[in-house]
Parts: sequence; C-alpha cells; structure tokens
Amino acid sequence: MEKQLKHTEKELVALREEVTQMWQLVLSQLEKAKQAYLDNDEELAREVISREKRVDTFELKIESDCENYIALFSPVAVDLRLVLSMIKIGGTLERIGDFAESIARHVVMDGCRGITQELKDKLSISNMFDMAISMLSDSFVAFESENTKLAGKIMQQDEQVDALYRGALDVLAKYVAVQPEHARCALETLLVVRKIERIGDHCSNIVEEIVFYIDAKILKHNKGK
Amino acid sequence: MIETKNIDFYYGDFHALKNISMKMEANTVTALIGPSGCGKSTFLRLFNRMNDLIPGAKLTGECLIDGQDIYGKSVQVDELRKKVGMVFQKPNPFPKSIFENVAYGLRVNGVKDRNFIKQRVEESLVGAALWDEVKDKLKKSAFELSGGQQQRLCIARALAISPSVLLMDEPASALDPISTSKVEELIHELKRDYTIVIVTHNMQQAARISDKTGFFMLGELVEYSDTKKMFLNPEKQQTQNYITGRFG
Repeated sequence: MEKQLKHTEKELVALREEVTQMWQLVLSQLEKAKQAYLDNDEELAREVISREKRVDTFELKIESDCENYIALFSPVAVDLRLVLSMIKIGGTLERIGDFAESIARHVVMDGCRGITQELKDKLSISNMFDMAISMLSDSFVAFESENTKLAGKIMQQDEQVDALYRGALDVLAKYVAVQPEHARCALETLLVVRKIERIGDHCSNIVEEIVFYIDAKILKHNKGK
Repeated sequence: MIETKNIDFYYGDFHALKNISMKMEANTVTALIGPSGCGKSTFLRLFNRMNDLIPGAKLTGECLIDGQDIYGKSVQVDELRKKVGMVFQKPNPFPKSIFENVAYGLRVNGVKDRNFIKQRVEESLVGAALWDEVKDKLKKSAFELSGGQQQRLCIARALAISPSVLLMDEPASALDPISTSKVEELIHELKRDYTIVIVTHNMQQAARISDKTGFFMLGELVEYSDTKKMFLNPEKQQTQNYITGRFG
C-alpha cells in the first residue's frame, strides 16, 4: 500500500513538482536555442524568446511558495535544506533561461550571417551546447533521484566546457586577424560562446545546491581544497 | 557543569533511561526533546532528585554537578535543591502574596534578615523580568497575576535561593505567544548566570533558545549535539524523522 503523505509532505511534493516543471521548461528552451542557433532558424528562436516569460513566472512562483512554506511550516533539517536549495535552483534556472533567450535573440538579429558552418565547427559550438544540455539534464536527474554521485561528472563537464571556451577564444582571435571585416560578427559569436560557458557555471552552482540539500555539504568557493 | 555517566533508570521493571552519558557546560542552555514517554522529563528530574520518592525507582550510573555525585551518600537533598531550582509546566504559585512566594525559599531555609529578604525578592523579580509589572502590588495575591506572569513568578521563586542550575519542564507550554516570548527571552538572559536544562515539546523553541539539544527516544539518547547542527543536519535518521514530523 502506498504511504499516506502528511499535508506538510504534500506541500513539499507540490513545490518539488514546480521546480521539476521549470527545469523541464528551461531544458527545452536550451535545446531549442541550440537548434535555432545552429540552423539559423528564426521561427524557433522567436518561440524561445516568447516562452521566456513562462520561465520568469516559474521563478517568482517558486520563490513565493518557498517563502510561504518556511513561514507556515518552519521546516528543519533536510526539509529546510530542500526549500533553501529550491529557492536558489529556481533563481539559477531563470538565469539559464535568460541565456537561452539571449542566444535566440542573436539568431533573429540581422548582421551576423557571415559566420560559416566551418567556423561553427571549429569553435565546437555544437559540442559546447551538448555538454551544457547534458549538465542541466544530469543535474535534474541528481535532484530527482537525490543522488550526488553525478555531481563529480557534472563538475568535470564544466571544466571541459571552460576548456572549449578558451579554445574558441583562440579560434576567434585568429579569425578576426584574418578577416577583420567580420569582427563584429566574431564578437557576437564570442558572446554566444561565453553564454554557453556561463550556463555550464550555473549548472555547477545547481549541483552545489543539490549536494547541500542531500549531503548538507558546502561545495561553494571550495574548489581545489 | 553537569555530567551524567552511564545512567540507567528504572520504574520497577520499566527501563526508563538506558545508559545515558551527557555533559552540559556551565552557562549554557540544553534542550531535551523527544516524544512523550521517551524519558526526557525523567532525566531532567534526576538533577534535583525528584525521582527519589517514586516507589520502585532505581538508578545506576553517576550524576555529577560541578564534579560532585549528587546521589552520593553525603549529599543532603535539601542542600542540593538550593543549588538546583526547578520550574514546572504549569505555573504553580503558592496561595500567598507575590512577595511571599519569592521569599518562601529563603524563609524555609532559615533566612530571617528582613532587609536581605527584601533585597533578594527584588533582585529575583528583576532577574525574572517581572519587577516592573509587580513592584507596586507585591502584597497582592499571586493568583491575581496572568499565567505568563505567574510562570515568571515561579522562575523568580527558583532564582531567590541563588541556584547554579535551573531545570525547566516545558515552562512555556501553557502560555500564550507573548508570555512565551518573554519566558524565552528570560531564559536567554539567565544563562549568563545559570546552567539551564529545559524539556520542551516545541521544536522551534528548542531551536530558538538552546545551545545544545539532546534527542531522546524510548529511553535512549539518540543524538546530542549543537542545536544549529541538530536542526540543519542531524546525524541520525531517527532524529531527522522526529524533527521534520515524519516520526512513526
């Protein structure tokens, strides 16, 4: 027989469900932003831009519901850690959503059609996107399954994304030196690459929150220690 | 400092406390939490030997206050109780005036100096944060006070004989939120001069006022640690289940 949940537990389950839905939405936004950018698909880009408001609404709702939960139920121990982490995860997901929207805006902006597929390949943009998406997806699995074993893998992926970003900087520097007439376009491309790199950082932040929630350990500002 | 070493306590055949070892530092507040019947009040009452008269009660192990075994043969229980005051769940003022309630402990201990008694009553009422509310009606019956004031009067009565340890058995459970807040504030102030052990069913109260918390269940001390740790990241699953309300 299924265990009957107490009403306080039901509230927590509902809160988790909101976070889950937001996670799925942001993941879908990021996947579509990738597709729109790689295929120069303006229609898809506009869809990402128009759905950004839903991400913002989720953030506000989760924040408000978490505040109410704290005020009404005075959670402690693992419940308190879960609520605190959900507030931060909601905020971080919103920022990732902002980046997805911002990447989509690059697609609909005119003036940057000069970038070739060859250059995109050299920059490993598709690869960077895939890693960022995988990080966001793995962090969701870690949260859902309350399993921090994936944390190490996600942190490692973040380092790989950072390395790809540094490599992309070199590629773009050379590109601008050879084709200065495309400097503006190169800079815009750099902004996109930088955004993907920041998404990786935000996924790492989410993982820190998950480890705090599950293991009560603080990873923040602790790298290399 | 209070210390217990391998305390076992029985009510007849019932094993109420099982091998409890605990240290409580001077000038700290220690909260004892746990479900009804877990042994926390029995444990509290050991410190002023209130369990002594219960038929069939048996204690093994050591219970030390400031290094002295309070169950040692040379210990006089009335002397011990001068050192260890107690406040109960329900305010229990005597059917006397406010002044005489506080003076009672001094008088039964043979103090006759009226000026000293007067001074000590005032000090105790100030210490219990009640002086300003009662200074003009000290001769009135204690029963005229509100529940919260009566409880602070009982605390003042406990303070009058200058104990070093204050035991509190759910001291705010019968009080409204304003009186509760006053008693909690008082406990916070009192720890400067006293070592306080408090039994409470109110988890948030334990979190608000104590430095350390001990969680009891079925006569065992499941976990004893800093209150902050206990309420953010308890070591034991049983503790987590209890404080998050998933117990049972």
